[in-house]
Amino acid sequence: MKRHLVSAADLSRDDALLILDTAEELAQLSGRAVKKLPTLRGRTVVNLFFEDSTRTKTSFEVAEKRLSADVINFSAKGSSVSKGESLKDTALTLQAMGADAVVIRHHASGAPARLAQSDWLHGSVINAGDGTHEHPTQALLDAFTMRRHLNPGAGHDLAGRRVTIVGDVLHSRVARSNVHLLNTLGAQVTFVAPPTLLPIGIENWPCEISYDLDRVLPKTDALMMLRVQRERMNAAFFPTEREYSRRYGMNGLRLAQLPGHAIVMHPGPMVRGMEITAEVADSPRCTAVEQVANGVSVRMAVLYLLLGGATLADAPADAPRTETVEIAQ
Amino acid sequence: MTTYLIRNAQILGGAPQDLLLADGVIKEIGTGLTAVADIEIDATGLVALPGLVDLHTHLREPGREDAETVLTGTRAAAMGGFTAVHAMANTTPVADTAGVVEQVWRLGQEAGYCDVQPVGAVTVGLEGKQLAELGAMHESAAGVRVFSDDGKCVDDAVLMRRALEYVKAFDGVVAQHAQEPRLTEGAQMNEGQVSGELGLGGWPAVAEESIIARDVLLAAHVGSRLHVCHVSTAGSVEIIRWAKGKGWDVTAEVTPHHLLLTDELVRSYDPVYKVNPPLRTAEDVQALRKALADGTIDAVATDHAPHPAEDKDCEWAVAAMGMVGLETALSVVQQTMVETGLLNWEGVADRMSHRPARIGRLAGHGRPISVGEPANLVLFDPAYRGAVNPDSFATRSRNTPYKGLDLPGRVHATFLRGRATVLAGELSEQGGEL
Repeated sequence: MKRHLVSAADLSRDDALLILDTAEELAQLSGRAVKKLPTLRGRTVVNLFFEDSTRTKTSFEVAEKRLSADVINFSAKGSSVSKGESLKDTALTLQAMGADAVVIRHHASGAPARLAQSDWLHGSVINAGDGTHEHPTQALLDAFTMRRHLNPGAGHDLAGRRVTIVGDVLHSRVARSNVHLLNTLGAQVTFVAPPTLLPIGIENWPCEISYDLDRVLPKTDALMMLRVQRERMNAAFFPTEREYSRRYGMNGLRLAQLPGHAIVMHPGPMVRGMEITAEVADSPRCTAVEQVANGVSVRMAVLYLLLGGATLADAPADAPRTETVEIAQ
Repeated sequence: MTTYLIRNAQILGGAPQDLLLADGVIKEIGTGLTAVADIEIDATGLVALPGLVDLHTHLREPGREDAETVLTGTRAAAMGGFTAVHAMANTTPVADTAGVVEQVWRLGQEAGYCDVQPVGAVTVGLEGKQLAELGAMHESAAGVRVFSDDGKCVDDAVLMRRALEYVKAFDGVVAQHAQEPRLTEGAQMNEGQVSGELGLGGWPAVAEESIIARDVLLAAHVGSRLHVCHVSTAGSVEIIRWAKGKGWDVTAEVTPHHLLLTDELVRSYDPVYKVNPPLRTAEDVQALRKALADGTIDAVATDHAPHPAEDKDCEWAVAAMGMVGLETALSVVQQTMVETGLLNWEGVADRMSHRPARIGRLAGHGRPISVGEPANLVLFDPAYRGAVNPDSFATRSRNTPYKGLDLPGRVHATFLRGRATVLAGELSEQGGEL
């Protein structure tokens, strides 16, 4: 595994399964009274958030604290960043403070890649969402959730599972990371969206494309609804909120079209009444809340594997589980 | 005035000949010249070309002297083999009055490395609302004939039509930066496979092509001369070829970087590759080379766009657009056009000197290399091979996409009206008033 996690495409199948298996081990912790491990004691993790994000930031923070890391939250608002300090100077500052890892959320696509490639800082860079590019830990927690429901068990992948991702693919970093990781894990991905919300060139991505949600539903094992921002309709991506909901929104009638085992996922925050009705959001088949819990386990696994010890590529196949057992004692 | 005897230069790549430069002109050409000169240059293996003419240079002065000045920019031009550059109007203040264009012109005269021909803005403040005083700029000491809002497109069709018509009175030309603004809101790179994957806002080819299509039709309608800046797509080439086929007075330029680089480089998110128009696809690069070879595209123009380090050493979205290019232009053309067999040195002289001088109506530049002509010459060593080292640049900025890249050829000497601005690969420190 690489030193950084910038793109879901950085992960080999072995890397991805190791993260999922490690996350599964770590998830057992959350059922205990004492949820904390000493693994990252004395290590410093900086959460560098240039963009508001309550849920992702909280999820990383919980993961870091459960691993006993020293956590520094560095948010753009109210800091020197909002006074015009460059990404470079911020990075140099964090380096000087001895950051072992930087979790970065940035409104500009590629900002984490810039950090990782520069010599500005030496710690690991973990992309917590960059612009409309990628959000690899979201894809990992999505895969983790799908595996639990569709093919549970350590070492299992998502071979042959049919994943349908619906909504604003054009502006979605979740969609981009998911298409990489799901292909790595053997799943078949179908994007469903109005043509205006699909990027140019998507026909060359490793996925199917459909403009018709109803035709895809019966052939879906996991349905992922993406958030659609209302302001998109001001830029003529679709005519009205109602029309969007009618054609691409998830509702009770459509829920009945899904196979019985299929799950409905949402990365949050949900826009109820837009891409998903309350009936679906609150149904037991919707995994949105479960995904949040899984996010902590997956992020713990990523931090543990990036910071905890030997790089994954060097580690023998059975080593991580042993390691995990050790730290669980 | 120092006289030069150049021995065994291959004029336009031809058989070795001697040239005697004296009194600002080419005095003699022949083999085994017996004339005595102050300085004799062994030009064995060197190609002699007419001094290069750049239709598209950003010298940044006045306003952004941290990026470039007329002095540093023209020193870079001389190092690249240029004897004349057209200084774009997007300075601060904008070159939209006679006062500013005269200032830039005088700064060029004082620097003494290269003729600086200011380009005037088409509209006041480049704002696309009201015509600038085009006639006054033409009548000024700068004698402006090329007008451009470069960096911005004159997207208002009526304003563009009027500008095209108006400059006919003094044989002017409007050089259009073809970019439909609505289609390029938030644009960060070429729209295509790579932009979709990288999640960067797309700059679609159609935003360039639709403006070019409109403009050639407008130019035909009013019988005016149109020049298209930095053509970057295969589709644009098709439109220009069609317009020329109709006999319309349309010319076009291509930058060296669009002849060599593609949008695949953006995958690094390194803003050194951020430029406007953006790097396109390999198919576009091939179409541009072919168009330059067959003359559909008339000229290579650098779009030399210096930026200070802090404007590039940042995340892609906030980085400035542009690349320096004066000092690498001829090398890139050698690599992409000469070594591929698409152009010989005569063709290079045509696309980098004769035609751009004609488009800019520059007397004394882009002339044949023959006795009695102004001694504007470059001696180029095409056998040289070496990695591009930005630290050796004369430009004040370092934003080159070619750092570390092996490019062929280097300028050995540049002569401006018989005076060496570059000799043995080094800038002359004489400089001074032209």
